[in-house]
Amino acid sequence: MLLLALDTATPAVTVALHDGTDVIASSSQVDARRHGELLLPAVDRVLAEAGLRLDAVTGVVAGIGPGPYTGLRVGLMTADTFGLALGVPVHGVCTLDGLAYAADLEGPFVVATDARRKEVYWARYADSRTRLTDPAVDRPADIAQQVAGVPAVGAGALLYPDTFPRAHEPEHVSAAALACLAAEKLAAGEELPAPRPLYLRRPDAQVPKNYKVVTPK
Amino acid sequence: MADEPLVLGIETSCDETGVGVVRGTTLLADAVASSVDEHARFGGVVPEVASRAHLEAMVPTIDRALKEAGVSARDLDGIAVTAGPGLAGALLVGVSAAKAYAYALGKPLYGVNHLASHICVDQLEHGPLPEPTMALLVSGGHSSLLLSADITSDVRPMGATIDDAAGEAFDKIARVLNLGFPGGPVIDRYAREGDPTAIAFPRGLTGPRDPVYDFSFSGLKTAVARWIEAKRAAGEEVPVRDVAASFQEAVVDVLTRKAVRACKDQGVDHLMIGGGVAANSRLRALAQERCEAAGIRLRVPRPKLCTDNGAMVAALGAEMVARDRAASDWDLSADSSLPVTDPHVPGRGHTHDHVHEVSKENLYS
Ligand SMILES: [Zn+2]
Repeated sequence: MLLLALDTATPAVTVALHDGTDVIASSSQVDARRHGELLLPAVDRVLAEAGLRLDAVTGVVAGIGPGPYTGLRVGLMTADTFGLALGVPVHGVCTLDGLAYAADLEGPFVVATDARRKEVYWARYADSRTRLTDPAVDRPADIAQQVAGVPAVGAGALLYPDTFPRAHEPEHVSAAALACLAAEKLAAGEELPAPRPLYLRRPDAQVPKNYKVVTPK
Repeated sequence: MADEPLVLGIETSCDETGVGVVRGTTLLADAVASSVDEHARFGGVVPEVASRAHLEAMVPTIDRALKEAGVSARDLDGIAVTAGPGLAGALLVGVSAAKAYAYALGKPLYGVNHLASHICVDQLEHGPLPEPTMALLVSGGHSSLLLSADITSDVRPMGATIDDAAGEAFDKIARVLNLGFPGGPVIDRYAREGDPTAIAFPRGLTGPRDPVYDFSFSGLKTAVARWIEAKRAAGEEVPVRDVAASFQEAVVDVLTRKAVRACKDQGVDHLMIGGGVAANSRLRALAQERCEAAGIRLRVPRPKLCTDNGAMVAALGAEMVARDRAASDWDLSADSSLPVTDPHVPGRGHTHDHVHEVSKENLYS
């Protein structure tokens, strides 16, 4: 087994290769504005580091967000197209689950990433492998009660200490964590979600004010 | 001919997910998935709606294009993609797909210019482009007059709209007339039954001191809207067919007059018209009439090739391969304002197409 994992749902452009046992190569760069430019060279670099070619990959794992849409789509489109060209399955993993896995906490906690517009994408976890709530997008102040009293990880938690006083690292997701989580679940025979984006918000669109209809249709 | 380059092209600059396959100047497939219906209720293209639709449509559309062309992805000589200009988020979906596809297949990648692609597509209809060719590109996103001396390396802007694109004016007038979106086809239809001389709408930028090759449709749009509002305010019925015909006449009169003038001034004896508005029947007729009178050969591709599609991108990509232009790098970015003077985005000089950047080992030896 050789999994290529990638995630562009947070400011990190992150890629990892997993051979079924361990992560054998990985790369993470933080640059929220250059996902499109950085991802393919990162894939190329990680493969070179492992001394492997892309056609050795037996499955692709992509972070499905939630995350800012433009960046999120870079990873998902890349994963989709790799799947098509290589004829291998493409698996989705919730980006928040990847962060939770990397947090490596025993007790209950919260994962929150930056959703911009003064909001966070977030979910509650019983432990690093067990998510309790569906990913949601909210203003930190509005969820203060639901996240009170437990530690929190992710850039969204670090950004709003009033709501998340016990926030700590990891800040962004790593493809290495995503790959380990996916490998674990696949080995356990679990089915992973389709690689479709979790947008959580409707597209912004203004309906222009229409003229009153006086002309015949 | 089997030795001509076989290229797949991807276009996502606006609301059409286009994937085309060409061999040299021969069209093999032109698969398009449009999100236009999702935008109709907004009266214009909503960028985020378009980007979401591109992501969903891409893989099925690539599949469909390859099946239609009856070729295997392995046999492709290159992957071309619109790098710009266009909607940033929409472009990025296509660029991401093209890069991943080219990389996975071990093929060179060509990031190409959307406007140059609109010109080059005519090769699929009428054979190799004469050099030079004057091109009038008119759509919801662009209104430009371009002089192409070499479609892969030398495209010069002669003039462009200083405000609205021609197609945008059609959309806005259609909205004022409650005819829906997009406005081009429906105005064309109503105009056929109307009198183009019924109302004397203004011809933008045609005064003696105005820029000779630039366009302006904002004043026309306002004049038409005011005329309609006045009719409504007076409680009179709006003569939709005459308004449509007179408005359309004002647009195509200026477009064709300036295009023919540019050909004459530059000594160019070929004019091509592309972009969605090139499907307009009156534009085609008047251009034909004026070109004939001026001894200019007019080339207008069939309507399906005039609107945004992947075949036009593949056509330009094939020309890049045929003329041995440098492929793009793996960090190619989407450039929403890519200048028309850049027909493509060449790499920075090192050979990367089939080679690991770090190990320099050939990926597909
Ligand atoms: Zn166009």
